[in-house]
Amino acid sequence: MRRLEPIESRRLAEHWASEIARHATRPWKIMEVCGGQTQAIVKFGLDQLLPPEIELLHGPGCPVCVTPLEMVDRALAIAQVPGVIFCSFGDMLRVPGTDGDLLRLKAEGADVRVLYSPLDALTIARQNPGRRVVFFAIGFETTAPANAMAIHQARQRGLSNFSALCSHVLAPPAMLAILQDPEQRVQAFLGPGHVCSVMGLSEYEPIAAQFSVPIVVTGFEPLDLLEGVCLAVRHLEAGRSGVDNQYARVVQARGNPASQALLEQVFEVCDRKWRGIGLLPNSGLRLRDEYRAHDALSVFDVGEITTEEPAECISGQVLRGLKKPTECPAFGLRCTPESPLGATMVSSEGACAAYHAYGRRSVPAARLARGAEGFSP
Amino acid sequence: MSAACPVPVGRYSQIVLGHGSGGRLSQELLEQVFLPAFSGATLAALEDQAFLSVPSERGARLAFTTDSFVVSPLFFPGGDIGRLSVCGTVNDLCVGGAVAHSLSAAFVLEEGLPIADLKTIVASMAATCREAGVEIVTGDTKVVDRGKADGVFITTSGLGVVPPGRALSISNARVGDALLVSGPIGDHGVAILSVREGIDFETSLLSDCAPLTSLTRAMLEIGANIHCMRDPTRGGLSSVLHDIARHSRVGVWIDEARVPVRAEVRAASDMLGLDPLYIACEGRLVAAIAAEDAERVLATVRAHPLGQGAALIGKVVAEQPGVVRMRSRVGGERVVPLLSGEQLPRIC
Repeated sequence: MRRLEPIESRRLAEHWASEIARHATRPWKIMEVCGGQTQAIVKFGLDQLLPPEIELLHGPGCPVCVTPLEMVDRALAIAQVPGVIFCSFGDMLRVPGTDGDLLRLKAEGADVRVLYSPLDALTIARQNPGRRVVFFAIGFETTAPANAMAIHQARQRGLSNFSALCSHVLAPPAMLAILQDPEQRVQAFLGPGHVCSVMGLSEYEPIAAQFSVPIVVTGFEPLDLLEGVCLAVRHLEAGRSGVDNQYARVVQARGNPASQALLEQVFEVCDRKWRGIGLLPNSGLRLRDEYRAHDALSVFDVGEITTEEPAECISGQVLRGLKKPTECPAFGLRCTPESPLGATMVSSEGACAAYHAYGRRSVPAARLARGAEGFSP
Repeated sequence: MSAACPVPVGRYSQIVLGHGSGGRLSQELLEQVFLPAFSGATLAALEDQAFLSVPSERGARLAFTTDSFVVSPLFFPGGDIGRLSVCGTVNDLCVGGAVAHSLSAAFVLEEGLPIADLKTIVASMAATCREAGVEIVTGDTKVVDRGKADGVFITTSGLGVVPPGRALSISNARVGDALLVSGPIGDHGVAILSVREGIDFETSLLSDCAPLTSLTRAMLEIGANIHCMRDPTRGGLSSVLHDIARHSRVGVWIDEARVPVRAEVRAASDMLGLDPLYIACEGRLVAAIAAEDAERVLATVRAHPLGQGAALIGKVVAEQPGVVRMRSRVGGERVVPLLSGEQLPRIC
């Protein structure tokens, strides 16, 4: 894939923005499902390019954000067990549990390691046969296949010192929960592009049909998102529902059957608590019984942790598109990325963290464009 | 180990604790590794201190800086800890408008470090010193137990002279100034990551690690109104822009489409979830230049081998003092936040 020169990007962005404006005859509310999409929208200022009719609602698809506090507390408990090497994607290290985060444990001497691939944890397990290696397996259907592969290989190779702390979540049940909410405002979705690259489109057809919404599976580059919005607006204006695929360069209708087979083999669907949202039926993946020996929840005695979220936090409403981060009285004051009250402020893909990082606080919209005066390319 | 320990350095291919004893092994390490590489007369005198003459020109000032280097790995595409330790300190002097002339170098060596590696590092320092027109005039070596360091840590300090009338300062940027960056950003950080994380790129990306001596000299010689310069090391371009905004009490506005970033750096950043704005450079500078002189300085920088990829990326504005704003590559605007936490540890 060729990367566009900035001048081309800007021209194409203007093209999509004017197409959206040309088609939009009345107000529409469109939710982007993924945290990565939310981050790109705020980072590139895409919403500023849209006509006033179009409101983007930020969805629940931030894997770090929705990992329940109990699971973070379990991770902290396991990482403190003497002899444990606790491995995680970097994003999870800063997520505060009830008492501290993994970064602090690392500073205090716990062996916490940041990995880019769960398979690296197997190498660590092989190199350290006398120690227990635990991988924090979180995320949507996107990260689940690689984690499943690691767990499957551990079983095949008899790496008895490797286990995974699994907290996987699934995208479609969260979209269903949003649509079933009587207060909900979503009229169309930008669907989760990377999730669909694994799972395909078939799970989304019944949702689109039942609730008469267009779902446009969309990528993560700024131009992907603008094109996705344009497609959604055209479907909305024409009164069409159904599943469309903006991200066809990555997403095939049937997804990735090899990954799906691996997920089926290693995981089973379970109810899962989502941080900020609560328990959603059939919304998670847990290890099948055959893999119990590699399930950190069985290997370590950390099953009974329950925790409460701060009452002031409105992240549940933010994750369902009911409120914007800036509508929270604690935003930027009592709740910051350094000291987050809840889910959506903890990860860079969370809507509150993105708003905070990119200065969506007190800057009046009229001032936004001022810096550009006298400096056009 | 006593000072009388009679084992010659030649017997060892690795650093042992005795090399830090202050005794014969230390002396032999000095004579066989350091002195042949750093051949200046001041160091060769082997006094406990370097004697330097003080600039006598009225209004001239001394510039003095220090930096520690703990980069991992010690050798990386386009450089090594030795080259880095000279460039880092020399560049801190250069961007202040100083003519760098003398460095100190202090080494913390880990027991077990191959002496061949140390020789390579020291030779690289010597070569970089020649390139930068500076001399290492004093130094020190300590050895710590295996596991208490990571190969070698180097601290360099540097002295330079600022000619009379030159007053570059991070608090001197003025509203209307143009902002220049001397080349593509993020090369150093991504080159380090590529070896550390075993990530292969289609082309081999090299660190931009280089002394800025001749580039800053060329920029300052043309009589342009340059208000401040800084090299974007840890924290990358973003940290320098924030420093300018905070210390000069101005707003900073940049256009993402004009910030030079190599395709490899962009690809690696996308893959690893990093932002090139925060990735370290070791041979670049950012300058705030009076608008009327900006094109002239840009032409000078582009004519220099280290500045071929230079660009004017934005300007200093009156609105929102202390805030860095950016027009994104598709046209929307946002705040550029200050880096929170550590993006890439042990990058220099």
